[in-house]
Amino acid sequence: MAEIIKGNHAIAEAAIRSGCRFFSGYPITPQSEILEYMSWRLNEVGGTFVQTESELAGISMLYGAASCGFRTMISSSGPGFSLLQEGISYLAAAEIPSVVVDLMRFGSGLGDISPAQGDYLQVAKNGGHGDYRCIAYAPASIQDVVDYMNKAFSIAEKYRNPVLMACDGTIGQMVESVVFPEMYQHDPDQFDWSIKDQRETVHKQVTSKMYYDYIDEDYCAHFREKYDAMESEAEWESFYAEDAELILVSYGTMSRICRDAVLLARKDGLKLGMIRPITLWPFPKQAFKAVTPKAFLTVEMSVIPQMAEDVSLAARGIAPNYSYTTGMHYPDEVRIIEEVKLVLDNKKEEV
Amino acid sequence: MQENILTPKLVVKENKFCPGCGHGVIEKLICQVLEEKGLENEAVGIVAVGCACLITDYMGTDWIQAQHGRAPAVAAGVKHVRPGKFVFTYQGDGDAAAIGLSETMYAAKRNEPITTFFVNNGVFGMTGGQMAPTSLLGQKTTTSPFGCDYSKAGEPIKLAELLATFNVGYIARGSIANYSELMKTKKYISKAIDCQIQNRGYSFVEILSPCPTNWKMSPVDSLKRIETEAMTYFGCGELKGQVQND
Ligand SMILES: Cc1ncc(C[n+]2csc(CCOP(=O)(O)OP(=O)(O)O)c2C)c(N)n1
Ligand code: SF4
Repeated sequence: MAEIIKGNHAIAEAAIRSGCRFFSGYPITPQSEILEYMSWRLNEVGGTFVQTESELAGISMLYGAASCGFRTMISSSGPGFSLLQEGISYLAAAEIPSVVVDLMRFGSGLGDISPAQGDYLQVAKNGGHGDYRCIAYAPASIQDVVDYMNKAFSIAEKYRNPVLMACDGTIGQMVESVVFPEMYQHDPDQFDWSIKDQRETVHKQVTSKMYYDYIDEDYCAHFREKYDAMESEAEWESFYAEDAELILVSYGTMSRICRDAVLLARKDGLKLGMIRPITLWPFPKQAFKAVTPKAFLTVEMSVIPQMAEDVSLAARGIAPNYSYTTGMHYPDEVRIIEEVKLVLDNKKEEV
Repeated sequence: MQENILTPKLVVKENKFCPGCGHGVIEKLICQVLEEKGLENEAVGIVAVGCACLITDYMGTDWIQAQHGRAPAVAAGVKHVRPGKFVFTYQGDGDAAAIGLSETMYAAKRNEPITTFFVNNGVFGMTGGQMAPTSLLGQKTTTSPFGCDYSKAGEPIKLAELLATFNVGYIARGSIANYSELMKTKKYISKAIDCQIQNRGYSFVEILSPCPTNWKMSPVDSLKRIETEAMTYFGCGELKGQVQND
């Protein structure tokens, strides 16, 4: 049955329905309602909620609980998401699954609490140190987050790696109609790698795989193989892309406006299409191989072109790519079509 | 005496700490107490970095390696989801009192039912003997070549005293400077473990320990330095949670 719910509450409920029983985090707008919801809801389902002294401590606590095989989630935004990076790199190194939600806001430094898509580079290129990768889902609606949450946990467990849920801050703040799945029962004792109630025959060392499990070249080979395999998880949506003269590339909530722009333009005979990456990493390069437009236009809610760099790489040899960054505001369909016309009239510079 | 000569079964590998290092001795003490209490299978330790973290190779409990300073938070996460385990952190002074001071204090603030063994050797051992938050005034280290100066570094942190301001289960400071101190420290370790097992909340044992390599002293002189300087400044004993009639 569908219900009307605020995005941040839905993100928390979706995690609970996916079997998440541990949450440790720190308040920051626009995601604090996730903590608030978790503080009573986890109590109701027999889980644990801890408001920690910082995001550093929050992700560390999660690391402890996740090392025991439990499904764990943490969420943050902007400066708080930066502080999670230390832990994300450690989780990836020790191959501990978990889900990390970023409600993206605007600008650098303290930036602004207003929702935006300012963290693309941090999400898709790794905000933390070293050689690792995280699959990053970019939902476009509250229902998307709900539908992808259980999958995010399963994929995290499949690859033994943290998975990012990169939501525009808007998703946390808006209210939509959503259908939730049934409660998933997670068994924390199903994994051979986790810390159990009793020590097993060999004592476990949850730490960077570099130290014990793989030496030198084996370590490189293991992780190369794993991250190569993760590339197969790329997901995207193509909308009127096959015959399009120009293809908009956008993700998250911005893709919903681009979709309307495509429909509006087609009414006037302008053949627009759209490619919407659902995973920001792996970037869905395959989607670009199947199309033959005159140009791509990347539309994103940031100050400088961020995803546009990946689009240019994927579009190499196919068509030039242009960028339209909308700052902290959503454009309407008409404004996007104006930008398309600038591209078609050769009035914009390629990325 | 004999019990100190026998190597506990929980010591699964010969350690590679420098000759005269306190870590090997403290490891053995903790292993002995865990074995006496039959906790080998329930215990899980959290280390971070520093020479302290080498212990995971030598001591046969389960281990998790945290980010530098974050072990108490990781430990709390483990304890919340597996409350039946004995969860402890093993940390140096750079780890618990510098970068991880916040995580250390908050574990006590929340009275998390975990146990921290805090090895105070007055230097950052692993990285080559730099000044630690516990370096004594006048102490020469690789980053305080003219001696630790109050006007620049302030005074050494008395972590046990700081933590004792919270209403927690057990706090003590011991040393391994001589046999009698060693035996007292063993008792503190034992009481800290009991505190967690008996659900009396957070417990913490600070242990004054030598780093002969970075102190540039012989192992014997290092122990003497603990007796004459470190114990004088820090003071040893129980600060909180003394159980009556023991
Ligand atoms: C974030 C971060 N900063 C710095 C380091 C480098 N580092 C490794 S060990 C160490 C000091 C450890 O000193 P201490 O905790 O006193 O342990 P000891 O070596 O004396 O046992 C430092 C600073 C690190 N690993 N991570
Ligand atoms: S450097 Fe110091 S702390 Fe590290 S092993 Fe050697 S003596 Fe021990």
